[in-house]
Amino acid sequence: MTETLPDTSTAAHEYPSPRAAGCPFDPPPALRALQAERPVSRVRIWDGSTAWLVTRHDQMRALLGDPRISADATRPGYPHSSPGTQASSRVRRTFLVMDDPEHARLRRMVTAPFAIRKVEALRPAVQRTTDDLIDALLAGPKPADLVEAFALPLPSLVICALLGVPYEDHDLFQRNTRVIVSRSATPEEVVTAQQALTEYLDDLLTVKRAHPADDLLSRLAAERVNTGELTRREAAQMGVLLLSAGHETTANMIALGTLALLENPDQLALLRDAEDPKVVAGAVEELLRYLTIVHSGRRRVALEDIEIGGEVIRAGDGIIVAGDIANRDPEAFPDPDRLDLTRDARRHVAFGFGVHQCLGQPLARVELQVVYSTLYHRIPTLQLAADVDGLPFKHDGLIYGVHELPVTW
Amino acid sequence: MRVEVDQPRCVASGQCVLAAPEVFDQDDDGIVEMLADHPEPDQHDGVREAVAICPAAAIRLVRE
Ligand code: HEM
Repeated sequence: MTETLPDTSTAAHEYPSPRAAGCPFDPPPALRALQAERPVSRVRIWDGSTAWLVTRHDQMRALLGDPRISADATRPGYPHSSPGTQASSRVRRTFLVMDDPEHARLRRMVTAPFAIRKVEALRPAVQRTTDDLIDALLAGPKPADLVEAFALPLPSLVICALLGVPYEDHDLFQRNTRVIVSRSATPEEVVTAQQALTEYLDDLLTVKRAHPADDLLSRLAAERVNTGELTRREAAQMGVLLLSAGHETTANMIALGTLALLENPDQLALLRDAEDPKVVAGAVEELLRYLTIVHSGRRRVALEDIEIGGEVIRAGDGIIVAGDIANRDPEAFPDPDRLDLTRDARRHVAFGFGVHQCLGQPLARVELQVVYSTLYHRIPTLQLAADVDGLPFKHDGLIYGVHELPVTW
Repeated sequence: MRVEVDQPRCVASGQCVLAAPEVFDQDDDGIVEMLADHPEPDQHDGVREAVAICPAAAIRLVRE
């Protein structure tokens, strides 16, 4: 151990802490030390309050599967990620931050299009969109920004088609989503962005009620709003959740995943030459584990006293469950810092765990399988057109990635 | 090996269908349905994986 590791015996380290310079894919060194020495410990967050930080893979699964915790962001003690998310929790209520039975009732209204069979039926369209975007990229100037030209448009086009959102409006929803997922945005900025998106979705739902089409928003309007099961506001906020979560996450996986592969050419070659869909599917799970782009920690509150890892989390205490370090737990994944596309990574927690585990994961998997098996195959000479250390990483994002990725070929 | 599923607990993550497609399916809303509650021996590994990755603890193995 070096002297740069924090002393884990004292109470309350700062969370989050920075990643090490030159290790853009690895979780902050402070988290490693905590996982090894004090896997359940107190941390201090931005507002000066303390919360419990949980860092081990088995503990993360146990805790997020435990009905004695709450994801309700309006409860006292809930450890907000930033001033912006705190402010937004006062104006926005989605099932992401609700508990069962309310969470289950609302989530089940929108599970249908994410069933495996339904997302498999979208695979040919995802493939076509991927190919079209690559055609356009190749026909354009180089170097190009892979985020702008490919990583962001692909999942945006896919979620737009599924929801029934006109893609022409992508600038509006991408821009406002970027504000919502930025930890450094002010409360006013986040609330304004949130309201802009909610109003946009509300207008769209009004159109869908008058002119229903074959899409998720039309079904929400017809089957839930018209029947009184959902208010207009609830439906609009649900639409915002699906639209935002549906593009920003996958876009970061595409761009950051490409960067990680370019930095690991042997692994890139493996994926480029893979013909077996099982190999590609396994590679996607490993990239999800290795990158864990939702690196901001799942936020919860204890409803009762919970004993875990030799500590007692008291009822009312805030809890942060850190998936990025849990996915690098050597007890769960041997040699955890190696990107090894051939390992069985299926037990990763990159989509969370428990009843809030990602609703869109089947869709994200299909998108990433198509992208990773197509992009490097079609552009075998793809390379970075910038210095890795100079890239703009999203250190202040609730979702990790790169703001831009200059590439050439 | 006998398998039981708890549909009210299911959150439609689809993980079981990916781990053991011969044993698990989903209804129109993505909620788990059993295709075979007595899986063949060569499907047991997939079922055990499904139990491990189900986020909602909605699948149970019953020893007979
Ligand atoms: C690779 C891409 C993605 C990653 C890494 C990811 C990650 C996550 C994580 C970690 C959670 C858990 C939140 C918590 O426990 O507090 C979550 C929830 C969620 N995700 Fe994703 N996601 C991705 C793609 C998508 C897509 C494509 C959609 C499509 C609409 C989506 C929709 C949702 C929704 C609605 C929830 C809330 C579920 C609930 O609270 O019951 N996600 N996601």
